[in-house]
Amino acid sequence: MFYRWLSVVHRHRASRGWRNWSSARSSASVATEHSVALPAQAQVVICGGGIMGTSVAYHLSKMGWKDIVLLEQGRLAAGSTRFCAGIVSTARHLSIEQKMADYSNKLYHQLEQETGIQTGYIRTGSIFLAQTQDRLISLKRINSRLNVIGIPSEIISLKKVAELHPLLNVHDLVGAMHVPEDAVVSSADVALALASAASQNGVQIYDRTSVLHVMVKKGEVTGVETDKGQIECQYFVNCAGQWAYELGLANEEPISIPLHACEHFYLLTRPWETPLHSSMPTVMDADGRIYIRNWQGGILSGGFEKTPKPIFTEGKNQLEIQNLQEDWDHFEPLLSSLLRRMPELETLEIVKLVNCPETFTPDMRCIMGESPLVQGYFVLAGMNSAGLSFGGGAGKYLAEWMVHGYPSESVWELDLKRFGALQSSRTFLRHRVMEVMPLLYDLKVPRWDFQTGRQLRTSPLYDRLDAQGARWMEKHGFERPKYFVPPDKDLLALEQSKTFYKPDWFDIVESEVKCCKEAVCVIDMSSFTKFEITSTGDQALEILQYLFSNDLDVPVGHIVHTGMLNEGGGYENDCSIARLNKRSFFMISPTDQQVHCWAWLKKHMPRDSDLLLEDVTWKYTALNLIGPRAVDVLSELSYAPMTPDHFPSLFCKEMSVGYANGIRVMSMTHTGEPGFMLYIPIEYALHVYNEVMSVGQKYGIRNAGYYALRSLRIEKFFAFWGQDLNTLTTPLECGRESRVKLDKGMDFIGRDALLQQRQNGVYKRLTMFILDDHDTDLDLWPWWGEPIYRNGQYAGKTTSSAYSYTLERHVCLGFVHNFSEDTGEEQVVTADFINRGEYEIDIAGHRFQAKAKLYPVTSLFTHKRRKEDVELSDLQGK
Amino acid sequence: MPAPTQMFFPMIRNCELSRIYGTACYCHHKHLCCSPPYIPQSRLRYTPHPAYATFSRPKENWWQYTQGRRYVSTPQKFYLTPPQVNSILKANEYSFKVPEFDGKNVSSVLGFDSNQLPANAPIEDRRSAATCLQTRGMLLGVFDGHAGCACSQAVSERLFYYIAVSLLPHETLLEIENAVESGRALLPILQWHKHPNDYFSKEASKLYFNSLRTYWQELIDLNTGESADIDVKEALINAFKRLDNDISLEAQVGDPNSFLNYLVLRVAFSGATACVAHVDGVDLHVANTGDSRAMLGVQEEDGSWSAVTLSNDHNAQNESEVERLKLEHPKNEAKSVVKQDRLLGLLMPFRAFGDVKFKWSIDLQKRVIESGPDQLNDNEYTKFIPPNYYTPPYLTAEPEVTYHRLRPQDKFLVLATDGLWETMHRQDVVRIVGEYLTGMHHQQPIAVGGYKVTLGQMHSLLTERRAKMSSVFEDQNAATHLIRHAVGNNEFGSVDHERLSKMLSLPEELARMYRDDITIIVVQFNSHVVGAYQNQE
Repeated sequence: MFYRWLSVVHRHRASRGWRNWSSARSSASVATEHSVALPAQAQVVICGGGIMGTSVAYHLSKMGWKDIVLLEQGRLAAGSTRFCAGIVSTARHLSIEQKMADYSNKLYHQLEQETGIQTGYIRTGSIFLAQTQDRLISLKRINSRLNVIGIPSEIISLKKVAELHPLLNVHDLVGAMHVPEDAVVSSADVALALASAASQNGVQIYDRTSVLHVMVKKGEVTGVETDKGQIECQYFVNCAGQWAYELGLANEEPISIPLHACEHFYLLTRPWETPLHSSMPTVMDADGRIYIRNWQGGILSGGFEKTPKPIFTEGKNQLEIQNLQEDWDHFEPLLSSLLRRMPELETLEIVKLVNCPETFTPDMRCIMGESPLVQGYFVLAGMNSAGLSFGGGAGKYLAEWMVHGYPSESVWELDLKRFGALQSSRTFLRHRVMEVMPLLYDLKVPRWDFQTGRQLRTSPLYDRLDAQGARWMEKHGFERPKYFVPPDKDLLALEQSKTFYKPDWFDIVESEVKCCKEAVCVIDMSSFTKFEITSTGDQALEILQYLFSNDLDVPVGHIVHTGMLNEGGGYENDCSIARLNKRSFFMISPTDQQVHCWAWLKKHMPRDSDLLLEDVTWKYTALNLIGPRAVDVLSELSYAPMTPDHFPSLFCKEMSVGYANGIRVMSMTHTGEPGFMLYIPIEYALHVYNEVMSVGQKYGIRNAGYYALRSLRIEKFFAFWGQDLNTLTTPLECGRESRVKLDKGMDFIGRDALLQQRQNGVYKRLTMFILDDHDTDLDLWPWWGEPIYRNGQYAGKTTSSAYSYTLERHVCLGFVHNFSEDTGEEQVVTADFINRGEYEIDIAGHRFQAKAKLYPVTSLFTHKRRKEDVELSDLQGK
Repeated sequence: MPAPTQMFFPMIRNCELSRIYGTACYCHHKHLCCSPPYIPQSRLRYTPHPAYATFSRPKENWWQYTQGRRYVSTPQKFYLTPPQVNSILKANEYSFKVPEFDGKNVSSVLGFDSNQLPANAPIEDRRSAATCLQTRGMLLGVFDGHAGCACSQAVSERLFYYIAVSLLPHETLLEIENAVESGRALLPILQWHKHPNDYFSKEASKLYFNSLRTYWQELIDLNTGESADIDVKEALINAFKRLDNDISLEAQVGDPNSFLNYLVLRVAFSGATACVAHVDGVDLHVANTGDSRAMLGVQEEDGSWSAVTLSNDHNAQNESEVERLKLEHPKNEAKSVVKQDRLLGLLMPFRAFGDVKFKWSIDLQKRVIESGPDQLNDNEYTKFIPPNYYTPPYLTAEPEVTYHRLRPQDKFLVLATDGLWETMHRQDVVRIVGEYLTGMHHQQPIAVGGYKVTLGQMHSLLTERRAKMSSVFEDQNAATHLIRHAVGNNEFGSVDHERLSKMLSLPEELARMYRDDITIIVVQFNSHVVGAYQNQE
């Protein structure tokens, strides 16, 4: 077997270069003539012989898994991998993406040495150009984050740009970033090298073999049906690139892998009169929407146009990407941009315009991980045209995930389970990727919302709120109000509102926050994931006690904040659970936990238990009444006393509100302000909302949105899962020891890890930072991911930030580590360590002094208005 | 005189005067408009006596005038956005697609696009399109009025009926006459394809009908017994002459209804040219009277476009026309009959409907005016007799008919008033329409495949293609596309939005100085059908 495809590699090596691929093709067809029977079984079957499939095979085999079969429907590295522009770039927006790209770069660097196969790896470095100040800010942000994870990069002057790349026109630039260790490589050769190494480690590779579907029994992978017979297996890895979506749907129980292909064009030229040096740096001109690299003495240049052309929406499943139409008219804007950037190229002769489809996902991040529905079904696809940069790292994380059960980094941002079936409509994907592809080179500013594929899930109050000026953001397909624009105010147009500085809604949110503090606000929070867990016997409690870290054996009507931890003690979910009665629990989780939490519960609940898990998200509309007067509104509406004596904090009761009965009222707010959550059966939602608004009028009620909520919760040091917390953060690391039943003698998942951590101390600590010398009006705003410096040493990154209208300061949350100055090793972080440091937060290269706090500012919790201090003005009718 | 006309008087007087004394007011208006008008006085088709102005403002058109009026004040700098430009350009566009093959009637016409852009207020151009129901064939025509729109309006309403009747076989005429006689339902003769703005006057329809009936009655009387094949050319000539004759007669006879009486006089005293195409299978006849033009778009084998003119302009630029005029009048008038490139020094077209001032004897003119309504009597122009007016008639409505047998390479026909032809060369017109029509279906993709192309060459090629495409995509109507070019073309032959915007935002009292009314019909032929006809024979 190995001999067979090695011959392909060999032939290929003999004939280097793009134009010679046709010869490789013919040799491949020769190779298939003697077909070999597939093995009857294997531990792992990987579908897809591109860079992803070969990388997963390579890493699995390195980690000691040997019984692996890799199937490729055409030839190895013949899909997007073959056409890839070959740029390895580490300058990414997400930390996890930076890490993946960095690892890939290092892997490819030594691959030729390891395998003996030429990969064409050249460390050219890359230059990122900024035509605008905003772009430069964006580059500076990336720059400061690259530096702290040890990737050299710097912001350079235009003079330096011209030195590095003499052909560039720099006159319209405002700055640039240089990443010297970025590289170019032949992606097809990398895939072949990875395959070769994997093959030497025992991986069996079969090309010209198509996977028809995956066989599943009782929610577990049992085998694979191919056009050449069946293979029994435990694990299946879908690395089918643009065909991953179709392959997922081909299952009996379809697996939704939301991705969609767009045509992508780049241009190849003949060599320059004096051929360009092969170490000429790669140029990324995002404002011009193009990238340029040297290619055989000439250039290769492509880009991400404003008007992409989605293809294969109907699922046209051709074997390989062959001769898609070149569309010069479509390429015209990019060509103009190229000639503007490098005017001297005018005389270069064209070789061809390559049309190579790339796959895009609904949120511009790749997709990896295990299917929530089928155990053993793994996916790695949807690379948003960064497949080569991510290939090595993504393959490694997925291999770790399969072998150890979890990857060594938190990859929630890339997890397949962040999506549900709701993102798998072809129309949705087609529309969304048309927005995503240009976004790759658009300016990425804080609080960006996708414009396509909206209004899919809405609360019954959507139209009411919209009519009152709500502006919306979307989470997991659900529309949530950001803030309410007063009738007399106008906000900037979408494009103009993009800023790294103070946003135009600042005053609007301020007034909403003020109303939450002084009167009462309503926030529609219907998007939260809501599960009901019931059982016929006492089993429910028993199982839940094992699944959740806090003690759930509380009196009926009480609410418990708890986490669902993994074996390592990290948060898989952070939720609130109300005990409705002896045998049933109502669980509220973050919106994007809908799929992940369900899968986690299903995976860990005993198969034969009489536990009933029901997703009731769609059944309830959630209204959050926040503010000191919430209690007045509710008691007036229900004719029941709602004072703390009658309705203590963290308490849940079904009661009537207005005419409607059966409203679940909970005395909690997710922000630390006084108030109530109302879970309303949807048919009553409009009635209750109307009642609340009309009764609330005299208490000064108004609508508020998530931006106000965010400001309130961050200033009170409330961490949110998915932003601040992830699978690698434990309750002890964020000061939530009190929410864990460590000393109650009950076992639960992650207990051992926590006990050990309590013993040894934590290696990072969630800390709240209050920016001191930051000018809200003039300085760049923090977002998340800003490096934290302690006594001038890098100590971690922020996870979220907000402006606190009460403190009149910016507040950032982030984890502080204790890296040893000598070895860089992580050391124990104590409260003392935190308190003794001087802190700075680096926002796009500018460091701001920050006060570190381990506990929230207490003054924020003293609720000013009580019955005693009624003012005269309250006697006035409103 | 009714009040509205009086109130209106000073205003028109102002703008009409400027129009009439084109050269004289050239300087006068210089301070009003940023760039001097480039339109020379000779561009104005008509230099009548000043008093003609009032006459050319019929009172029933008063409401139209005010409604159509967009700019009241003196010129200011107006910049129109592309959507505004489009809404102006597209206001009068109309498209008709011949229903596809229905089993019995395969038409050689795919459909037509038409549009008009006013320069006069109200516009004096008219257009008509209709399918003959009792004979095969389609009629399309553009009519350019002068000294008001009364005549062009009347011709646009009536001419096709005259043509259709002329084409009808004897039996059908009899059948229709019998139906009228016995009060039965009439056979429909024409199926009109009208834009909502193309109106027919209700008041005169009875009068018009009676004239038409008299015509077919005469045809019946003349043709008894003989059922010879009807010659389209002859039918067209007869129809033109007959309608002009009827217009003249109706004005002489008058009407007891004072409104109609005034109307028929205004029709007769104003004028209109006509360019009419009759398409029946591969037989294309163009009947032309005046200086509108019919142009055939021919696609050569290499895909390029060439223009074939199917009509002759009847004006001073046409030597044979000048010759004809000179021959028709005594030698001593040779110098006065065409003066300053105008008929009797006044009229630009040498053939036209109406314009009885160039047709009637002086006696007749005086008699009709004296017995006519006060409005007519008070009007200076109507009393004005053209100089050197010795041997009327000087003007005829008789058309010149051109026959063309359609070939598969004949892709379309452009009928347009001189407003188009004076701004664009016929070759450009055909090329723009040709590229538009083919571009709509398939813009050839570019492939490098083996050729030596540099990035720079490719770039300029793509930029050119994009400029073309962007203006093509804006228009769904070939006539609109042509108007966009006619008005907005810069010196490089591509549409310049700024120029377009300036031209379209001219106050209407100035618009006429920069351009004439433009009316265009683009008829597309079905090459397959035409080819099939050819193969049959």
